[in-house]
Order: sequence, then structure tokens, then C-alpha cells
Amino acid sequence: MRHIISLLMENEAGALSRVSGLFSARGYNIESLTVAPTEDPTMSRMTIVTSGSDDVIEQINKQLNKLVEVVAVMDMNEGDHLERELMLVKVRAEGSAREEMKRMADIFRGRIIDVTDDAYTIELTGTGSKLDSFLQAIDGDLIMETVRTGASGIGRGDRILKL
Amino acid sequence: MELTGAEIAIRCLQEEGVEYVFGYPGGAVLFIYDALFNQDKIKHILVRHEQGAVHAADGYARSTEKVGVALVTSGPGATNAVTGIATAYMDSIPLVIISGQVPTGFIGEDAFQEVDTVGITRPCVKHNFLVKDVNELASTIKKAFHLAKSGRPGPVLVDIPKDISNQKAEFVYPSSVDIRSYHPAQHGDIGQLKQAAQLLLGARRPMIYTGGGVVLSGASRQLVDLAHLLGFPLTSTLMGLGGYPASDKQFLGMLGMHGTYEANLAMQNCDVLLAIGARFDDRVIGNVEHFGQVPRKIIHIDIDPSSIAKRVKVDVPIVGDVAHVLGDLLAVLHSSKQQPDQAALAEWWQQIDEWRGLNCLRYKNSDEVIKPQYVIEMLHKITGGDAFVTSDVGQHQMWAAQYYGFNQPRRWINSGGLGTMGFGLPAAMGVQLAHPGAAVACVTGEGSIQMNIQELSTCKQFRLPIKIVALNNRYLGMVRQWQEFFHGNRYSESYMDALPDFVKLAEAYGHIGMRIEKPSDVEPALKEAFARKDDLVFLDFKTDQTENVFPMVPGGKGLSEVILAEDL
Repeated sequence: MRHIISLLMENEAGALSRVSGLFSARGYNIESLTVAPTEDPTMSRMTIVTSGSDDVIEQINKQLNKLVEVVAVMDMNEGDHLERELMLVKVRAEGSAREEMKRMADIFRGRIIDVTDDAYTIELTGTGSKLDSFLQAIDGDLIMETVRTGASGIGRGDRILKL
Repeated sequence: MELTGAEIAIRCLQEEGVEYVFGYPGGAVLFIYDALFNQDKIKHILVRHEQGAVHAADGYARSTEKVGVALVTSGPGATNAVTGIATAYMDSIPLVIISGQVPTGFIGEDAFQEVDTVGITRPCVKHNFLVKDVNELASTIKKAFHLAKSGRPGPVLVDIPKDISNQKAEFVYPSSVDIRSYHPAQHGDIGQLKQAAQLLLGARRPMIYTGGGVVLSGASRQLVDLAHLLGFPLTSTLMGLGGYPASDKQFLGMLGMHGTYEANLAMQNCDVLLAIGARFDDRVIGNVEHFGQVPRKIIHIDIDPSSIAKRVKVDVPIVGDVAHVLGDLLAVLHSSKQQPDQAALAEWWQQIDEWRGLNCLRYKNSDEVIKPQYVIEMLHKITGGDAFVTSDVGQHQMWAAQYYGFNQPRRWINSGGLGTMGFGLPAAMGVQLAHPGAAVACVTGEGSIQMNIQELSTCKQFRLPIKIVALNNRYLGMVRQWQEFFHGNRYSESYMDALPDFVKLAEAYGHIGMRIEKPSDVEPALKEAFARKDDLVFLDFKTDQTENVFPMVPGGKGLSEVILAEDL
């Protein structure tokens, strides 16, 4: 099953490679991995999207907790949570496709953030599956380039990952 | 007081009470060696290869309760140390390894003797550090020692660039250390302990299975009390030997691939299993599915949560330090004033005694050719079962584990997890330094001993009177055994041709060598060797070439699918 695991870790050189090294050494999947500093400059927050059986997910959580630089781990799937991912997609927008592309972006609540004579760059936020749906909904031949951030997750209500 | 980084590093080691540093100098650690030269509290043991340094520090740590310390230079010094570090990591041995690094300004430029030591060692250390600011050196070393010895112990590496070791800073050694992300558990959860007690008291076919965690935690006394209170049978992994006295009648011997018949069958058929500081690894329970075919309740005590439910499902997990948890469990059992069902227990013991009656470690001795098992039995006899025994990896290791009979913890020193050939001799150096008057035997083979034979030179320099007990069968015996069993007798590259004359080799290094070819000479030779209290003696026993280790549970098979010696 797909899981989103969030963790806080010391903002130190090498911490990221400890986490990614753990995943490759033990053969765990990584669908996406994002990391950035938090409001506390000594800590970074990482979001890992992974998949595996319940036993594997339990081991992943334990192994992450074992890393000395990991301060706290939360498996988002253990409770209510929100998930968002940002995608930038550059599409060909010429002739009749130009109008159609604008409509599709509106339907998916995307924003066109760059316009040239023959292309749009659309910014889209949502769950991973919403972004997938957008890519499926538009004509694939018009896609010039996509870039996705990977998912970020946050617990709902009182579910807080903070030191 | 302002000191250089090198002086700070040495002062830190002094503050930690370090007696010995095992190491080898080189360009990147010259300032540190200079600081060593200018003091006399810490003794430096100059090895002949960095792998030897780490194994020696490891042997020192395993035979004491202290942290072993190794010091190596950058590049090849660090890469040579990696096998030693990985060995210690797999067996959870507390070490601090200090490595030199090229100056900070050169890092990443492919400088001479540069290697990404922190990157290379990352998967086989508990933690590691690259020191980039001399002001953080003392606190980093403090953290390294704290991490190495607390929680589940392990090796910690501190990489010090050459310029850092020459820069000055105010020296203050922190009296305590707090790492906000690191708080290993001590005591187990009381609710879980009560559940465990109920399961144990309700057991009809109970079994206690112990591992290296008992030794590392110093929990032998609590373990004996618990086993005696309950009257349950007990087995131990290779790493746990000595944690419970082998001579105790409740001890069924080692379990696993080369474990006893009774230990493996009791493990397989029990209804309640108490696992203590052990991790159900593949050499211990064999095939996981086969093991899981018999329903049983499992209580698992371990300090590392990730060791629990990693390979088998556990009913009552207890995270904590083994000594603390066993102490608390004893208190719960005492206060319950209940006893396990004695009739059921008697019936279970009757079954176990039946298995025991098979006498699975029996072997046919010979007047013609030296049986390796006999050498180990004689070693036990001559040393009164009281020696420190290090080993390398292979058949000799299994025979030592099966036939020596360890009654005390920290006497059996071997590479269990990584299975590192070449471990035995350097480890014995660390053991002998930690216990100067004690009998130290290195049980080895003609294959393994050659992997770190150069350390004979270190033994000469530091007058280490180790007794090397080489079971020389002219084969890489364990490889040959597997080839005989599973590869149609095709002995691919497992025959050791062109062996050195070990007697002359020992003499060349300034030691005494003995060649023993007749069974009747085994005991007198061992007696003579151990009487030479001040000398290293290399005993080259020419043993039966094709002797196999039995019992054997082949890889991937279940614990009850055991091969016994052919004549049984």
C-alpha cells in the first residue's frame, strides 16, 4: 500500500543521504522524496512517498527512527491527513489548442504562469492523482515538459509533527 | 586552555579513560600521532594493517565492557578499516574509529589519499561525523563515545581533516551529552511485561532463546535467575554463547544451522518462545515459513525496535535494555506467586531429553588422524574451560562454538554477523591486552589465519602470548563441506595448495611454532603451549581433511530438517 511518511531531521550535511541510503540498502521503494528547511532552521522536514506491505512499512518507520539525525517520524496514513503536490507543465498552445488548454487549466484550477506565442506553462496543485488526471485529460502530444515536486503531507487537525 | 585539534582529540580519549588505541599512522593523521607522542597515558598499538587495528579494538571491546578505539589515516587507511567496522556493526560492538581526512580545502578535489570516508562507512556504522570546525571536535568525540556504547551499541566514526587537527581551539570536554533525536529505551513497558509473564506462566512447551544482547547488556545473572525460577529449557545463538553457562543442565546448546538437535527441535516445537537480545536471523531459524508453520506465542525483548517483528511476527514486543527488562520481569513473576504447570513442563522435558539422547555432537575419534572436534575438547580441558577464545570464520568456528562450552560471557569472541575471515588473530591481540595474564586462544584455520597473518609481527612487538590453534585441513573447510553437500563434490577453488610452513613462518616472526600430526600429541602439545606463559605459540594441527560440521540445517530449510553425522 502507498504510504506518506513525514519526518523531521537535523538540518545537517549528509542527513539526506542517510535516509536515501537506508531506502536503497534495504530495498525499500521511493515514489518521491522532498525535503526543505522548516521554520526552525536547525531542522528539515522530509516527505517520502513509499509503498510496501504493512510489515515493510513498519520496518521503514522503525529504521527511519533509528537514524541518529532523525528527530521525529510520522506515518501520515495512520490518521487523517492532507496531501498536496505541485506540478509545472509546459504545453504547446497554438491555434485551437490554445483555447482548449486554457479551459482545461481552469477546470483543474490550474494557473497559467507563463505565456509565449506558442506555449503555456501551467501551475497545478493537488493530490498526485489529480495531477495524473490532468495529464491524461489533455492531449499528450502537446506536453513539452513536466516537473513535479513530489508529495507533501500534513496531518489534519490535532495531528502535528513538531518537536 | 588552547590546544590544537590533534591535542584535543587525544585529550578527549584520555577523558574517556581510553587505555589503548589501535592504529597505523599516515599523512592525514600526522598531527594526531604527534600529539600521541607527547603524552604517556594512552598506549598506541601499532598494527600491520588497518583491518587488524579495528578487529583488535573490537576484540578489546568484546572482552571488556569498554569502547574500543582505532586510529587510521585517510584514503586507504580508512578503506582498509571498513571490513573491521562492518564486522563490529553487524555484531553491535561499541567502537570509536578516528580517521584522518585530507585538509578541508582539498575535500572533493580527488586529493592524494582522499576518499569519502563518511560516505563509504555510512551503511556500516551506527553513526559518523565529518568534523569541519575545530571548536566542535571535543563535543563530537563526546557524542561518538556516547552513541557507541549506549542503546544498541555499534561503531561510530569521526573523520578529522588534517587542517582541523592543526587548528587551535579552547579545550573543554563536555561532562554530559544530549542528542535530542536519540533516547534509547531502558525499561520495558510494564503492561507488556505483565502480558509476557502471563504467557510464560501459562506455557506448556516453553523455550528461552538468547542472543548477543544478553552479553552486551551484561544480563547473565538475571538470565540465570529467570531460567532457574521458571525451570525452562534455554538455547543460545552463536553470539550469545557464554551469556548462560553451557554446563547448566537447562542449556540445550547452540541453535541454528549448526545447532544441536535438541535446541533446534525445542525451538521449532515450543508453544511459548521468549526471545532475549536475539534477532531471528537466517542462520538461526532457517526458513521463516517453515518456522512459522508451528503456532507459538513469541515474546521478544530487544533494545532495538527494528529488530522486533523484522523476520517473524511477535505477540509481545518489549523494547528495552535486556538486563533491565529481565530484572523487571523477574519482579513481576515473583509478585505473581504463580508457577508454570509443572506436569506439562515435566512432559516437555521428557521430550527434550529424548532428543538429547541422540547425542548429536557425538563424533568418531581416531587414532590415526586428528579430529578437529577433539582438538577443541582438549583445548577446553587444558584451559579448564576458562580461556578467552577468539575465532575466525568457517568450520573451526563452529567446532569451537559446539565443543568448547563457554560458562562465562565475553569469553567467546567471534564475527557472527558479517562472518569475517581474518578476525581471530587481531581480535585476540585486543583481548590479550585487555587481560594480560589470561589464557587467550585463537582458533583458526589455515585459510582464515592467512587473511591477517601480518599481525604476528604486532604480537611480537607487544609481546602478546596468544596461542594460535590452527585446525589445518588444507581445505577451505566450510566451502568444501557445502560443495560436497550441495555442489556434487566439485571442490571449486576450495583446496589450499602451496601452504606455507606455519612453524617456520611463526619462527620467522620470532614466535614458537609446533606442528602436530598425531592424535596422541594433541593434548601434550596444548599443555606445552599453554605452559609457555610469555610466548606466542602457533599450533599447526594437521586435521582430518574431510571432516564435516554436524548437525546441519541446510540454507533455506527448516529447523527440524536437519542433517546429522552419517554414522548416527
